[in-house]
Amino acid sequence: MTVSHAPVRQEARGAAHPAPSRRGRRVLMKGNEAIAEAAIRAGCDGYFGYPITPQAELLEWMARRMPEEGRPFVQAESELGAINMALGAAATGARVLVSSSSPGISLMAEAMSYMAASEVPVVLVNVMRGGPGLGSIGPSQSDYFQATKGHGHGDYRVPVLAPASIGEAMALTADAFELAERYRTPVMILTDGILGQAMEPVELTFREPPRIPQDWALGGAAGRPPRVVRSLHLKPEDLEVHNRHLQAKFAAIAEREVRFATEHLDDADLVVVAYGTAARVARSAITRARADGLRAGLLRPISLWPFPAEAVRDAARRARGILVVELSAGQMVEDVQLAVEGSVPVFFEGRTGGMVPTPGEVVGALRRLWATTAPGSEEASR
Amino acid sequence: MSVAIPEGARVVFGRPELLVDRVNSYCPGCGHGVVHRLIAEVLGDLGLGERTIAVAPVGCAVFAYDYLALDFAEAPHGRAPAVATGIRRVRPDAFVLTYQGDGDLAAIGTGEIVHAAARGELLTAVFVNNGIYGMTGGQMAPTTLIGQRTTSSPGGREASFHGYPVPMTEMLAVLPGVAYAARGSVADAASIGRTKQYLRRACEVQLEGRGFAIVEVISNCPVGWGMTPQQSIERLKEVVALQYRPGVIVDRTKEPAATPGAGPAEPGAPAAAER
Repeated sequence: MTVSHAPVRQEARGAAHPAPSRRGRRVLMKGNEAIAEAAIRAGCDGYFGYPITPQAELLEWMARRMPEEGRPFVQAESELGAINMALGAAATGARVLVSSSSPGISLMAEAMSYMAASEVPVVLVNVMRGGPGLGSIGPSQSDYFQATKGHGHGDYRVPVLAPASIGEAMALTADAFELAERYRTPVMILTDGILGQAMEPVELTFREPPRIPQDWALGGAAGRPPRVVRSLHLKPEDLEVHNRHLQAKFAAIAEREVRFATEHLDDADLVVVAYGTAARVARSAITRARADGLRAGLLRPISLWPFPAEAVRDAARRARGILVVELSAGQMVEDVQLAVEGSVPVFFEGRTGGMVPTPGEVVGALRRLWATTAPGSEEASR
Repeated sequence: MSVAIPEGARVVFGRPELLVDRVNSYCPGCGHGVVHRLIAEVLGDLGLGERTIAVAPVGCAVFAYDYLALDFAEAPHGRAPAVATGIRRVRPDAFVLTYQGDGDLAAIGTGEIVHAAARGELLTAVFVNNGIYGMTGGQMAPTTLIGQRTTSSPGGREASFHGYPVPMTEMLAVLPGVAYAARGSVADAASIGRTKQYLRRACEVQLEGRGFAIVEVISNCPVGWGMTPQQSIERLKEVVALQYRPGVIVDRTKEPAATPGAGPAEPGAPAAAER
């Protein structure tokens, strides 16, 4: 049984509007700004970025705040420049943040492969916008494949964390640094134009993960043999040994770092699987559906890789059908289909290009799923 | 390999401490070995070995980290100046050196080198220009001379078809962020000696915090050029050095320190010292 993490239970009670606590002041913040400040308070040693909508507020926040903290900020010449500055900085053991949006992430794909291969811990934020190509600047989740199945070339995986609220984005920013350093890997935080640019009341609670010794990092070969941070292993025998090491690490991450949240799942006949902004829409739809007598529940993946396949499979055992909601033409739905292995019907509801499905559209999809899977229907009799 | 030194003898020539004693992967006669040695000598002379973080390129010199006893990061093709920028910014006490070939620096990495130079990053860039892509089998580079035959310009480089060679160092030298730019050569002992002086100065410029420093070294690629090592050295002297002329191209360290960026600042803009 997959164990969901502590923040998840809080989320299940509705972290979008958390009760005020003594720990932090509540303020209105944009997601982009909140992630930036959370990174600074998490001990980010360097930020490298390039302007792109809908991510620019993150860069601008860092442009003001990092120099205030006496820490490096560089607006690079391109996303290639930004991600490679991050690679260099992180190779010295620094805690580094980079951010961009979809077309920029495509440019960063090359270095993502290098960083995964040479085990350089960097946190990369993708504030997704509509694609393909230059697409639109509206919110989207159409980079799921890119984020979870590999950005650049070669056999590698990168943990991907998908917040559904600005408060959760802040908490996940600190978690992302911790994961990156613990496993020596790039980690991606996947948000979208709504989570990035909309404002939401957030509690100013920050966390600086403890630093762990980095006996691999570059700093000058004083009193020790020289170190090299590299991805080149020219002999196939050597590369295979290195790849086995990487795969063992990915297996450990897949085993230990699955995160998801559930809402109203205990009695759910219909399970909605959705992450990020789509999960917010699904939450509204589920409330309406329940008022209409449809017992629907939400399973919200927080780690998109590793994907909570076991949790989805488990939920499917007790349900009549699954509805996947995404701001895409259907990407995560493939992982859901793989997880349930045909045991229940999997429906999909999505909009693309910067459009967002309405709760009404999702309720409609739930009704169709209910009707199709009613006892005696064609789908149910299969 | 260590040799016992007889009593009374004096060592006049030895292996620099920072040059690793191992067989390297360079072709016979290749200039990379000379440039590696010069870097090892200069960093050793300046006592920088223990605080240097170097950045290796993609190309023949990708294995520089096997031959120089320094901490090394590996950069994707062309990105060494960006990787070095990241290192330098978070480790202000480090001495940062990049090593790139002409395909790496003058083609795929043009954006990164130009902007690192424009920002006046405190880096020492070593740019080995042999006018060809050596590692991939001798294809035309941006620096390939007009008329030069390569595997991808089999009839010789034609300006009307392939475009003109790119004088990278002269182009970079116009940027106010570049404190020092020079071009050396590995053609003979005298030019190697001058190249060492340029490299030393380019390192001192970083230590003094004056700005970006680059030393281009024109070099030979006997295999890529289809020549014996001796013929390739002749060509380096008699053909290449006439197109890419060795010497100091710019030295702004002799001028009073000025705000890089030229021209008057915006009203209310912070002075350079406040950055």
